[in-house]
Amino acid sequence: MGTFIADINGWHMVTIVALVGVSVLTRCFFFISEKEWQLPHWAERGLQYAPIAALGAVIAPEIVMSQGQLIHTLEDARLFGALGGLVYYFARRGGGQAVLGTIVAGMAVYLPLHIGLGW
Amino acid sequence: MQTIRQIVRNTEFRQGFVEMAQVAPGIAAWGLMTGVAMVKSGLGTAESLFMALTVFAGSAQLAAIPLMLAGAPIWVILATAFCVNLRFVVFSAHMRRYVMHVPFLKRLLCGYLTGDLTYVLFVKRHPEPATDDAGRAGQVAYLLGNGSINWFSWTASSLVGVVLANFIPTTWGLGFAGILALVGMTCSLASSPLRWIAGGIAAAAGVAAFTLPLKLNILVAIAAAVAFSLMLERSPWAGPLTGKPGR
Repeated sequence: MGTFIADINGWHMVTIVALVGVSVLTRCFFFISEKEWQLPHWAERGLQYAPIAALGAVIAPEIVMSQGQLIHTLEDARLFGALGGLVYYFARRGGGQAVLGTIVAGMAVYLPLHIGLGW
Repeated sequence: MQTIRQIVRNTEFRQGFVEMAQVAPGIAAWGLMTGVAMVKSGLGTAESLFMALTVFAGSAQLAAIPLMLAGAPIWVILATAFCVNLRFVVFSAHMRRYVMHVPFLKRLLCGYLTGDLTYVLFVKRHPEPATDDAGRAGQVAYLLGNGSINWFSWTASSLVGVVLANFIPTTWGLGFAGILALVGMTCSLASSPLRWIAGGIAAAAGVAAFTLPLKLNILVAIAAAVAFSLMLERSPWAGPLTGKPGR
């Protein structure tokens, strides 16, 4: 317990509190001020593509890249894990607990390949 | 203005809670591995716990820790976290019309709780801002129900990850469950061919621009996908692509 407390660096704690501020600032950025304004119509329409675009951009590198490089082998558990998840999702046609099933089915394919075969 | 009790009793609160609960195992696995990664990058246990409990921004946390440990000036650390979080700035523009009627502090709480998946699920459930009081109350209740279970599963699992950091090897790859949660979510969003195209363009751009610092590849990918989709919307193929009659 002694070292637990002694390890606390005051400056780090200040930084962490400020980081909470950054979380709030970025997530609230355009609705902090109450001043009236409107997004242009095209931007309003374009934003409906932002959710799927953000997901695509986050997911793709996590599946097909490794240490900043595109992978050059098909012996990668992530490819098969993602495929397993997709197969489950579309077999269920997105109904019921399809997303939960995607996670479970994907991990059921991924873990044996990753831990068992080292892919 | 609604009280907390009214919000929690609103049926939309439960709806938001249930829709996010389905994804929670993926979030939890991801949070767990983020907690592990925080300790493995060298941050002390007490500080990691404090950060895991409060900051609620996985990639920004992991970007900030090495800078903190290297003694970088605080403004560099904060600017880095801001850039890593830039996608949320885009999301906030989208969310503005939904939350502007909420009082200031509660509005900040709504924003704080709007992580990636809460944003995605929210605009899927509510494609248009409500125009009457009951509708607005329901939308805020959905947002808070969804965001609170997301916050809880992420934060609780990150704390567990910090505590068990020395017993959970990162080589197991448990964090992949978080990616699978996003894969399932993407499929559920892809309601028209144009949405598939938008996701595909963003995926390609996210990989192509991966070497950009500060996760700016994600911002570039969103911009590219939105711009390209807007162009296609005005093209002769707009009708079949959007699943709506052409304009």
